[in-house]
Amino acid sequence: MSEAAHHHPTGLSRWLFTTNHKDIGTMYLVFAFMMAIIGGLMSLVIRAELFEPGLQLVDPNFFNQMTTVHALVMVFGFVMPAFVGLANWMIPLMIGAPDMALPRMNNWSFWLLPPAATLLIISLFVPGGGPAAGWTLYPPLSIQGGMGMDFTILTVHMLGISSILGSINIIATILNMRAPGMALMKMPLFVWTWLITAFLLLAAIPVFAGAVTMLLTDRHFGTQFFDAAGGGDPVLFQHIFWFFGHPEVYILVLPAFGVISQVIPTFARKPLFGYSSMVFATAAIAFLSFIVWAHHMYTVGMPVAGELFFMYATMLIAVPTGVKVFNWVATMWRGSMTFEAPMLFAIATVFTFTMGGVTGLMLALTPVDFQYHDTYFVVAHFHYVIVGGSVLGLFTAVYYWLPKWTGHMYSEVVGKWHFWLTMIGINLTFFPQHFSGLAGMPRRIPDYALQFAEFNMWSTYGAFLAVFSQLIFFYLVWKTVKGGEKATDQVWEGAEGLEWTVPSPAPYHTFETPPKVS
Amino acid sequence: MNEQTNKKTATRLLLVAVAMFGFGYALVPLYDLLCDVTGLNGKTQRADVSEIKNQKIILDRLVKVEFTTMVNTNLPWKFKALQNKVSVHPGELTTVKFLVRNMTDMAITGQAIPSVAPSKAANHFKKIECFCFTQQTLQPGEEKEMAVQFVVDSKLAPEIDTITLAYTFFNSNKNIKTGLIKKQPVAVAANNSK
Repeated sequence: MSEAAHHHPTGLSRWLFTTNHKDIGTMYLVFAFMMAIIGGLMSLVIRAELFEPGLQLVDPNFFNQMTTVHALVMVFGFVMPAFVGLANWMIPLMIGAPDMALPRMNNWSFWLLPPAATLLIISLFVPGGGPAAGWTLYPPLSIQGGMGMDFTILTVHMLGISSILGSINIIATILNMRAPGMALMKMPLFVWTWLITAFLLLAAIPVFAGAVTMLLTDRHFGTQFFDAAGGGDPVLFQHIFWFFGHPEVYILVLPAFGVISQVIPTFARKPLFGYSSMVFATAAIAFLSFIVWAHHMYTVGMPVAGELFFMYATMLIAVPTGVKVFNWVATMWRGSMTFEAPMLFAIATVFTFTMGGVTGLMLALTPVDFQYHDTYFVVAHFHYVIVGGSVLGLFTAVYYWLPKWTGHMYSEVVGKWHFWLTMIGINLTFFPQHFSGLAGMPRRIPDYALQFAEFNMWSTYGAFLAVFSQLIFFYLVWKTVKGGEKATDQVWEGAEGLEWTVPSPAPYHTFETPPKVS
Repeated sequence: MNEQTNKKTATRLLLVAVAMFGFGYALVPLYDLLCDVTGLNGKTQRADVSEIKNQKIILDRLVKVEFTTMVNTNLPWKFKALQNKVSVHPGELTTVKFLVRNMTDMAITGQAIPSVAPSKAANHFKKIECFCFTQQTLQPGEEKEMAVQFVVDSKLAPEIDTITLAYTFFNSNKNIKTGLIKKQPVAVAANNSK
C-alpha cells in the first residue's frame, strides 16, 4: 500500500484511476454540481411553461418528461452524489483515517454515475421521449411508455449499485477505520448521520431496484406483477416504491442535519447541545421512516385502521425531528454567534426545513390529505424540505469546508449576496405554491385555471432568480479554488474536530499515522 | 492495516443489500396474502353452490348492488351491464347479465377483472359463476351475453347498504397488451379491415 500511497498521479489518469478519497470526493461534488445545473434548467422549462395559463412553450408530454427527469436528476444525480462526495472528503478527515476502507470500490462507485446520468439524458431523445410517468414511475403509465422508460430503469439500476457500493464503503470506513480513542459516541455528528444514512441506503435502495426490475420484466418478459389484466396490482408498486421512497427522503436530509450540527456549534462557539439525544433522534427518524410509507398513498383505498396507523406513525416522526430542531436552537442560545456564510446557510436550513416539516405534518393527517393529495401543496412541502433542508445544507457544507479544501478563504461579500438572493429566490418560488395547492391546483399538469395565474407568475420569477443566483456560487467557488486570502489550519475561530488539525489545503495524504483522540 | 476486517464488513453488508433486494420481491406474496385476508384490493370471493344452498335468506334486509363496466384502451370492445343495479336480500342467489361486443373483425381474447367497493364488502360478495373466471374469446363482430351469479353473504357488515361491482375488460393478447408504440399496428389493422 505504501508505494501507491505516495504516488501522486497527474492528468486524466489521475481522475480515472484514483483511489484517493479527496479526489473521489471532489469528482462527486463536481458531478453533482453539473447535474444540479441540468436539473435546474429543466425546472426552468417547467416554470416557464407555467408562467402563464395555457400551453405556450412545450407540449404536455414533454412537460411531463421534464417534471419526471428534473426530479430524478435532482434526487439521484445531484443531492445524493453531493452528500456522498462530502462523505468521501470529510469522513476520513473527521475520524482520523488515511482513506476510505475500500478505495478501489470507491472509484467504481463514482464512475458508475456518469454513464448512468448519460443514459437518463439520452432517454429524452429516443422515440417516444423520456420517462413521463413522474419520478415515482407508477404503473400502468410506466408499463406503457416507450423505450425511454427502459433507459430510466437501467439508469436506476446503475445509480442504485453506485449508492449501495458507496454506502458499504462508508459503513466499513466508520466502523473499522476510526483513530484510536475515537469511540462511537465521540464521533462528529456528520459522521453519525452518514452512518445511519448509509444503513438506510443499504436497506432501501435494493427494494427500489427490485421494484423497477419488476417493471422491466412486466414490460418485456411477460410477468404480471403490476398488470391488472394478468392478476397483478398497480397499487402493489406504490407500496414497494414508497417502502423505498420514504426512507429515501431521509437519505436526502439526514446528512444535511449532520452538516448543520457541525456548523452551528462552530459559529455559536458552544458545544452542540444534547449530543447523544441528537444521535438517538437520528436513529429514531431512520427507524420510523420504514413504517410510514403508505402516507404517500392515503387515497388508494386503504382500510381505516391502516390509514390511522400510518397517520399516527407519521406524526410520531415530528418528535425526534423536534428534538433536533430544539437542540440546534438551544446550541445557539446565548452563544457568541457570528454570521459568516456557513452560519447563515445553517440557520436558514433550520428555518426552511422546519417550515417544510410543518406542512409535512399537515399532509400526514389522513382526512386533510384527501384534499391536498397531488396538489401544488405537496410540491411546496417537499421542495421546502429538499431545497430548504438538503440543498441549503449542501451550501452550508461547501462554505464551511471550502477553505479546508482549497486553502483559500472565499469572499464573504459574494457569499452573502449568494445567500440572500438564493433565499429570496427559493421562497418566492415555493411559498406561493402552498396557496395554489390549497386552492386546488394539481401538480404535473402544464396548464391551470386562471385563478392561479398570479401565484404561478411569482413562482416563475422566483425560480429564475434562484437558479441564476447559482452563477454567483459558481463564480465564488471558482475564485476560491484559483486563489484568495490564505486560510489558517483551523479556518474558523470556534471550529473543533480532527479535520481542522491538518493543514489548509488538506494535503493529498492525511493521517497516515493515526492521530490520538483524547 | 485491517484490510481483512474491511473485506469481511463489506461482504456482510453486501449480503444485507442482496437480502433487501429479495425482500422487495417477498413483498409481492405478502401483499397478496394481506389482500386475501382483508379484501383490500376488492378482489371478490369464489364460492360453490353447495356452500350457499344452506344459507338463510334474510328477507328483512335489502342491499343495493350496482354495476359499472370499463374497457381497457387496448381492447376494442364494447361492454355494458344490462341492468345498472339490483336490490338483493343477503343469502339470495341472483343472476345478472352483461353484454359484450367485439368491434373489430379479428378474433380477440379478453379477460375481465372484478373489483368490489367498499373493500370491506369484498369478502362477503361471493360469486358462483362469472365470465371473469375464464378468458373470453369473441369472434369478429360477435356479440355475447354473459352472466354473473352471486350471493351477498349474510355476514355483510350492517352499515353497508350499497355494494359496487366494477369490471374492467383487458386484452389478453400479450403482444398488444402494452405500449403506446406497440399499440399502433393494432389500430391500423382495425381500420384497414373495414
